[in-house]
Amino acid sequence: MSVPADRTRPKRTGFLSAAVRTPAFAIGFALSAVFLLAAVVSFAWTPYDVTAMNIADKLQPPSAAHWFGTDHFGRDVFSMVMVGARASIAVALVAVGIGVAAGVPLGLAAAARRGSLLDEIIMRTNDLVFAFPALLMAIMITAIFGPGAVNAIVAIGIFNIPVFARLSRGAALSIWTRDYIMAARVAGKKAARISLEHILPNIANILVVQATIQFSLGILAEAGLAYVGLGTQPPLPSWGRMLADSQTMIAFAPYLAIFPGMAIVCTVLGLNLMGDGLRDILDPRLRRAR
Amino acid sequence: MTRTIMALVLVGAGLATAPAAFAAPTSATIGMPLEPPTLDPTTGAAAAIDEVTYANIFQGLTRFAEDGSIEPDLARSWDISKDGLVYTFHLHDGVTFHDGSKMTASDVKFSLDRARGKDSANAQKELFTDIAKVEVVDPLTAKVTLSQPDGSFLFDMAWGDAQIVSEKTAAGDATHPIGTGPFEFDDWVRGDHITLKRYANYWGDPAKLETVTFRFISDPTAAFGAMMSGDLDAYPNYPAPENLQQFQGDPRFKVMVGSTEGETILAMNNGRKPFKNKKVREAVAHAIDREAIINGAYFGYGKPIGSHFAPQNPAYIDLTGLSKYDPQLSKKLLVEAGYPEGFKTTLKLPPPSYARRGGEIVAAQLRQVGIDVKIVNVEWAQWLQTVFKDKDYDLTIVSHTEPMDIGIYARDDYYFNYHSDRFKKIMAELDRTTDPEKRTELLKQAQKRIAEDYVNAFLFELPKLGVAKKNLMGLWKNSPTPANDLTEVHWRN
Repeated sequence: MSVPADRTRPKRTGFLSAAVRTPAFAIGFALSAVFLLAAVVSFAWTPYDVTAMNIADKLQPPSAAHWFGTDHFGRDVFSMVMVGARASIAVALVAVGIGVAAGVPLGLAAAARRGSLLDEIIMRTNDLVFAFPALLMAIMITAIFGPGAVNAIVAIGIFNIPVFARLSRGAALSIWTRDYIMAARVAGKKAARISLEHILPNIANILVVQATIQFSLGILAEAGLAYVGLGTQPPLPSWGRMLADSQTMIAFAPYLAIFPGMAIVCTVLGLNLMGDGLRDILDPRLRRAR
Repeated sequence: MTRTIMALVLVGAGLATAPAAFAAPTSATIGMPLEPPTLDPTTGAAAAIDEVTYANIFQGLTRFAEDGSIEPDLARSWDISKDGLVYTFHLHDGVTFHDGSKMTASDVKFSLDRARGKDSANAQKELFTDIAKVEVVDPLTAKVTLSQPDGSFLFDMAWGDAQIVSEKTAAGDATHPIGTGPFEFDDWVRGDHITLKRYANYWGDPAKLETVTFRFISDPTAAFGAMMSGDLDAYPNYPAPENLQQFQGDPRFKVMVGSTEGETILAMNNGRKPFKNKKVREAVAHAIDREAIINGAYFGYGKPIGSHFAPQNPAYIDLTGLSKYDPQLSKKLLVEAGYPEGFKTTLKLPPPSYARRGGEIVAAQLRQVGIDVKIVNVEWAQWLQTVFKDKDYDLTIVSHTEPMDIGIYARDDYYFNYHSDRFKKIMAELDRTTDPEKRTELLKQAQKRIAEDYVNAFLFELPKLGVAKKNLMGLWKNSPTPANDLTEVHWRN
């Protein structure tokens, strides 16, 4: 008996084709990619040296020579936005990395030993961290250990941990009730191995979406810390500090605030759109409905 | 019905605006960047104290005029003995403290003895070290005997730290100051404002304003907003020089650019490697382009200085040539000092924009000659503790706003860690000299000594940048000492 090929094989919904059909993802990805590219390129090349001051050329409006104008020290704002992207992305990326690396195993462990003392300890500790307003805690950490990019990363990273711990515990709990998990347990697999081989792959979608959202929050947090002087330190530029510096000059040099401000808005918007789009693409229920 | 309401509204509006339209206001609100920690200038060091109390609440035997000269204040005149050791002060009659008690020679004795006493909390004890004894001759005559002639004694007595307080109320001056000035203390809402009101029984010409409010707004953006919205009538030490052009272009305001006694310096820890080495300090001095700092950090306001001395002082000599901008020479000096590859160091910056912005420029300029500078931003309290008290720093930028404070270079305990017997000798001789010409000569020698020793890198004299509403008259343009003397301030119709 011959069976039509399209019935045996499920319809291929490739990631790429789905991505193109999800405009939110496409736009978000494009926006984020611009800044990611700017950050990468800034390592090799910027139009001007961002640490070089040329006071004679200070506060020039945007022109062919300086696309985004120059700041009060005569530095090229375009170059500063490029290098600023580096700081923002690096800090947010590593911070999310800390959150995932610490939060996910904790969440999985709690789910595997659900109801146990271990579960209680892990989740209540997370609640404790979660109870503090994130930015307030970041300010506290940088106030104790001194301002700087590394401490900003740690600070933002720490408040990412409970986010991922809670999310992965919740998602893992629903998977633990599935029949195939029961089968794996009957087959003698230990909880750690089940978590790694069966649970983690099945909650990866949710984690990726959340990571994208946390990434954008990380960029906002970095900008916020830099704005109050606790993030990346001079002479390296950062978007938040550029905004803070431009405050008193906004009436006669608005471009000093507009460009770093737009950079923050675009990156955060891009990452959020990308996260939304990713959820649409990766969510199996939504995929089936399509 | 609607018409009635309309009429009422119109009447109400008329009533509200009428007094403002016809009579000149009798109050003024003054903006200040920092709130004073206490209100007693004889026990606290903060300049903010004097900015509220000097000449408003408290008065001294002598006082600074706006141009920096010394004028009689509570003492209407004085006689100096031939040997320069005995000063007899003749006090004004009819002077009362704000609590109603009479100010007499015994208050002078109490104030000076308290300031120079063993457990004195005075922030400028050096002002009083030459006083041997203070005697009450009669209620209106006080005799001060010095242990050695002191050419700057009348100048010293004009400081806020030497002002006259009442024995009865001195203990409470920190929170409720009682002085003899034209204004008496009214109210202090911490974190927000201090109100003074005209003192009815003032001995001299009464103040023209009835009430004065000092509001504390440190954030430059908020200060700009408060001026623009009309909440403040004046901001005598405006923190953001970049906004002055906007005020200048606005017909509602006037901008006053004057001088201060603030020598803005890049201080180097002379007691710590590598700044122990004079060649390194000289290299730092030559790596710095003052014009770029004045333009970049203070938008062109401020005069370059080559030593720790105010350019408006008659004894000033221009020594900027000794440390002219020359990165090549700077690199050469670093090689000679044994640092051909430069070195790493830190620069601690307090909050004012001259320090934070100036610091970024200084760091960039030092990087050009190979000195890798790490910037550490600190708050004032932290700066006072770590840099000023503990001397735990490499480099820092700060403005020394006390008048004629070159003597600090003779102090062994000072945070520069500069110990020069030659400089101390000049200062000791200056203290003994009363002849004005000889004093000028010694002051010139002193300026030269520290400039040639490259103790610090001397950047620029801080300007006094004031903003006020156009009709507010009588504010000081210059700042010979931290002060907002409001006696003469009034509204022009």
